This record gives sequence, structure tokens and C-alpha cells, in this order.
Amino acid sequence: MSLTLAPGDCLALFGPNGAGKTTLLRLLGGLLRPTSGSAVIEGVPLPGGADVRARVGLVSHQTMLYDALTARENVEFAARMYGVSDVGAAASDVLERLGATSFADVRVRLLSRGMQQRVSVARAIVHSPSVLLADEPFTGLDAAGAAALTGMLAELRDSGATIVIVTHNLDEALALCTTAAIMREGRFVRLDHAPIPARDEYTALYRELSADAA
Amino acid sequence: MQPSVLPGVLHPRRAPGFVASTLAIARKDMLIELRSRSVILSALAFAVLALTIFFFAWDPTAVAPIDLAPGVLWVIFTFSGLLGLHRSFGVEQPTHAMDALLAAPVSREAIYLGKLIANLGFVILVQAISLPAVALLYNVPVGAYVLPLIGVVLLAAVGLVAVGTLFSAMAVTTRLAELLLPLLALPFFVPVILPAAQATARLMSGRAVSEVAGYIELLAAFDIIFLVVCTLAYPFTLEQ
Repeated sequence: MSLTLAPGDCLALFGPNGAGKTTLLRLLGGLLRPTSGSAVIEGVPLPGGADVRARVGLVSHQTMLYDALTARENVEFAARMYGVSDVGAAASDVLERLGATSFADVRVRLLSRGMQQRVSVARAIVHSPSVLLADEPFTGLDAAGAAALTGMLAELRDSGATIVIVTHNLDEALALCTTAAIMREGRFVRLDHAPIPARDEYTALYRELSADAA
Repeated sequence: MQPSVLPGVLHPRRAPGFVASTLAIARKDMLIELRSRSVILSALAFAVLALTIFFFAWDPTAVAPIDLAPGVLWVIFTFSGLLGLHRSFGVEQPTHAMDALLAAPVSREAIYLGKLIANLGFVILVQAISLPAVALLYNVPVGAYVLPLIGVVLLAAVGLVAVGTLFSAMAVTTRLAELLLPLLALPFFVPVILPAAQATARLMSGRAVSEVAGYIELLAAFDIIFLVVCTLAYPFTLEQ
């Protein structure tokens, strides 16, 4: 596969289980080393060093939060790890933006899955990343939470960040993306740049290509 | 200028310093343990139980307390420490929080040292409670040599925690982590426990501090070796 994304681009990655979507995301996040080929973020080959990692935010279907800490403490810890200058203000701002202020001081273990996912997103973007990698970010979110996240991601994209979303949720992803790809067995089997085919048409294509894999 | 999801509100970043990120990780781990108290309580429960069993199994007419107390002390330190060391990287597991740490721009060595500092705090806390308890139960007067004894205990704690933290990182992703950690770590504890136990026995017997200077130097040497080697080795435990 070969693909270049510019600032403000949003790539939605679809594909059946085992297609390699999460592996690709972990490669881009510097968590895996490529056995062949290369990936580059802002001119730096991955896995790169601290400079590259500082520009990337990572959301996973796992929350990557500490249950014993409050939502605010989790976000503040992430801010410290990224060298954010005003940790408290940054955490408060991003939690407010994601509608998480009301439960910011509640321990994460007491929050619902959807609330935890909002905190997880806040943790990933508290340092204002220029690249956001999101693996199933809509997991556990109700309709309102999904809408809030979609709005936040659109805003992030419009402010110039590059976003890669791995998801099975076509509705939200197609509304956001400027590029859509369907993966199978570690390869792109379809790649569309804007304008992306309409939802119904793309859904049919996705089902057809996924069914081929099965 | 970095893009922000908060138009007009930017939070400037700078590369987090090594010391700052190390201390932030240590603080986070200590806070989690203070909230859950799972490690401290289980280690203290183990220490009390072990102490009680040794005490009631002890025949004071056959074995002098001064001969038994150092061994009891180091058995408690070693195995209660292992309980906490297993938890060290275990807190990162349930939600894959380690991925977030590894994706952050902090050095791998800072992650290791942050964990080490938190573990050291926990081990020292258990030691601070166990040492007077052993002295009291076995009627060993430690007042005259308490400072050198504390020095020996602290030096040994550094070596044990340095090795244990590394092996905790290696074992945590395996299915048999609870079994694997002691199997991996205990052989490497020997160079620390032997001089520490010998020095403890001599100090409790009322020998001069100069007589244990060699053991203290040995402990310090192993501490330095283990700290350097384990810090440098830790990033390799993360390779996938």
C-alpha cells in the first residue's frame, strides 16, 4: 500500500477483522516496527523518536486509562507526558470540550464505558496533536457521545490535523473522512479520495469486498 | 502553531524532561497504589503471616533469636517485595495503558526509573514496618546499630527493586506472570540478599560497623551494576 496524507486530511480505514487495520495504526503510532516498507510522519521515518511521538495522539478501543485515577488525573498525567505547559488548564479545557466536566473528578472505574471513551479521547488530544490515530473511537459511545466525538474530530481536522480512523462505523467515519480505504489481508483493496461515494453505495461496496474476504 | 481542538486556546508543548517524566510516572503509580492499597495491604498481610508462622515454629531453646531474626527479616523483605513488583506493570495491563505511555514522547528509561522509584517507596514502606516488628518479636535490640542497619536495608532494597522491576516488565505480558516473576528474579536477588543478610546478622550480633563495610561495598557495587544494566536493558523488553 502507498498513501500520502496532508494536514487536514482524514483517512477512514474499513475492513474485516484481521485485515491489518490496527496493525497499520500501531505502526503509525510507533508501537510496532515495520518488517518491510516504511512510514513517514512529517518527514521523519517511523518509529522515529520523541519528536515524532509528541505530534501524534492515539485513541484505542481500549481506554488506556487508569481505573483508580479520576478522569482529570488521567488527562493531566497524559498532558505531563507530552510536556504540555499548563497541565491543569489544558485538562480542564479538553474535558469541557468533550462534555466531560461533570464527571471530571470521578474515578474512571465508576464511569460508564461511553464516559470512559470520552476521557480516553481527551487524554489523546490534550496535547493538540497534529496527527490523531483513532482505533474504533466510537466504541461504547451513545448517539450523543458519538455526535460529540464526530464534531470534535471534524474540528480537529479543520484546524489542520491529520486523522486516521479505523472503524466499522461507516456513518460517522464517512461523514468525517476526506479519504476512505477498505483493507484486506494487509492491503488496500479500494481507495477513494473525496468525493467519497454516497453512504449507501459505499456500504454496498464494503459489504461486497468484506464478503469476498470471508 | 499546533492545531488545537480548542480554537484560540493553545497549550504550548515542550519536550518533557527526563526527570520530570520519571517523577510523573512514579507519582502516578504511587497515587494508584494509595487509592487501591492492594499491594501494600497484601504485602503487609504476608509480612505479618510469615512473621507469625516463623515465630510459632521457632524453638527458642534450640535456636538463639539472633541466629533466626536476620533470616526471617530477609525472607519477609524478599517475598513481600515480589508481591508489589508483580503489580508494578500489572496496573498498565487491563486497559492497555502501557501503549499510551509508549506512544508518548518520554524515554523508555524514564518509564523504567519511574516504576522503580514507585516500587522502591512501596518496598521501603514494608521494610519500615517489618524491621521493628521482627526486632520486637525476637527481642533483638537494634537501637545501637539502627543507622547502619537501615543503610544495609535501603541499599539492598535498591538492588532488589532494580532487578524486580525489570523482570516484572518482562513477565507481565505472559500468561504465567505470577509464577514467572519469582522464577526469573530470585536468582538475581541472591547477590543482593547474601551480603545484606550477612551484614544484618553481624550488626544484630553487635559487631562493629567496620566489620560489615565489605558487605556494604558489595551491596553498593551490585546496586550500581543492576541499576545501570537494568535501565539499559528495559527498552529491549518492549521490542515486538
